[in-house]
Amino acid sequence: MAMLEIEELNAWYGASHVLHGLSLAVEPGEIVALVGRNGAGKTTTIRSVMGLMPKATGSVRFAGTELLTLPAHARFRLGLAYVPEERRIVPGLSVRENLQLGLLAAGGRIDERAAIDEIARTFPRLKERLDQQGVTLSGGEQQMLAIARAMIAGPRMILLDEPSEGIMPVLVEEMGALFRRLRDEGVTLLLVEQNVEWALRLADRAVIIDQGEIVHSSSAAALLADKAIQERYCAV
Amino acid sequence: MDAELIAMQLFSGVALGAILVMVALGLSIIFGMLGVVNFAHGALFMVGAYAGLYVATLTGSFWWGLLIAPLAVGAFGMLIERVLIRPLYKRSVDDPLLLTFGLGYVLVESVRIAFGNEGMPFPTPPELSGVADLGIGYFPIYRLFVVGVVAVVLVLLWLGLEKTRFGLIVRAGARDPQIMRVLGVDVAKVWLMVFGLGVGLTALGGVLAAPMRSVDPEMGALVLAEAFVVTVIGGMGSLVGAVVAGLLIGIAVSMTALFAPEMATIVMFALMALVLLIRPQGLFGKPGRA
Repeated sequence: MAMLEIEELNAWYGASHVLHGLSLAVEPGEIVALVGRNGAGKTTTIRSVMGLMPKATGSVRFAGTELLTLPAHARFRLGLAYVPEERRIVPGLSVRENLQLGLLAAGGRIDERAAIDEIARTFPRLKERLDQQGVTLSGGEQQMLAIARAMIAGPRMILLDEPSEGIMPVLVEEMGALFRRLRDEGVTLLLVEQNVEWALRLADRAVIIDQGEIVHSSSAAALLADKAIQERYCAV
Repeated sequence: MDAELIAMQLFSGVALGAILVMVALGLSIIFGMLGVVNFAHGALFMVGAYAGLYVATLTGSFWWGLLIAPLAVGAFGMLIERVLIRPLYKRSVDDPLLLTFGLGYVLVESVRIAFGNEGMPFPTPPELSGVADLGIGYFPIYRLFVVGVVAVVLVLLWLGLEKTRFGLIVRAGARDPQIMRVLGVDVAKVWLMVFGLGVGLTALGGVLAAPMRSVDPEMGALVLAEAFVVTVIGGMGSLVGAVVAGLLIGIAVSMTALFAPEMATIVMFALMALVLLIRPQGLFGKPGRA
């Protein structure tokens, strides 16, 4: 059974029809790169899966459970986490408190101290700044915090919207290593990226979206080699 | 004019301000989190006073009234949020405002029908009657009690917001409800409780204020105006602002009453105008936040 199975997904922002019968499957324990031009529908796809679109029809199943009929908060509780493009570090809250937000849904079933210690080992940059205001971190550190917050409760799958955007190359490489490690631990990742080259080197499979539809699906290595298709659908 | 009189009047202002803090805090919490300007807040203050009087009369004890009325009116507030306000969230911000404005009238008229037009006395409980000598003057024990209760509530509220999981949800949810949803928090449930909390606070203000005045159906109108002044001065949505500005207004009104009684009501609006001119977002407000 696929970890995430999207079938005939249609989504709208008000009157504008953004996704046109999109279908896509992500298998357990793989990294899938979802690439395409700006405005192709990448973010909308993720937002539909997370329940943040005003209107979405079709079917989205996560580990066999239909999501479209579930409220947004119930989807995270199934083990589906999301790192939004804008990172959404909550102002007024310390780094530690932002991490605690990721544990709220567990309602005390996860030992908070142990979970934060554990995540601090993965993200040493955050460890030194736990009591600092989250929004005072650098862009790259905020991205790390957003990822840490999404994974602290141990999700089965993480949807990442342009995690490499505006981040120093050295941090982008660090992030790539982290994603590989997560995959090896059995976490499934769907990676939306503008940094196509990086995403394809990282991913197992690649999917191209154009005008709200999937137009190409192959192994990431095959797409990496196929400059013509990249040029056609991903060139800015 | 001697120092003792000034001290007494100052203290009287603190007691008055303490009540205002309860009302303004409720208003500010509800606005900060839900974005709803609750125009029924004054009427719910009045309902709190009547509920306190009713329970106190029924049980023969002020203490039961003080305990049960805020809880019962808070629960009533949750019902209001669930049934009347929640369907309006996706619509224009004016809709909840108009709804609560109308609801205020409905509550006032309902109380008028049930308890009559006339004001009713709310006796000070005997154990809190009389005055206490604090060395610098004689102070009414009941007012000391009011200030004490409000201080305890503020400490509990602060601890609840800063030290508990629910408090973290409230603080984060006020800033970014959407990220809370994708982190698995049912924000609608939190809003329900926050509205109940805000209404419970104003009802507590109503019960506490009642023995210092009489209880009548119109008693919420002026309090609502004062609470708005307090939230504007303190900064909309700022809890610290509500506390500081509430005490400030209480003291200012009380001191003005001593020196120029006819100016007492005007002074708070003058203060508000002054703050708006110098610092439009309020003393503790964040600029640019509507």
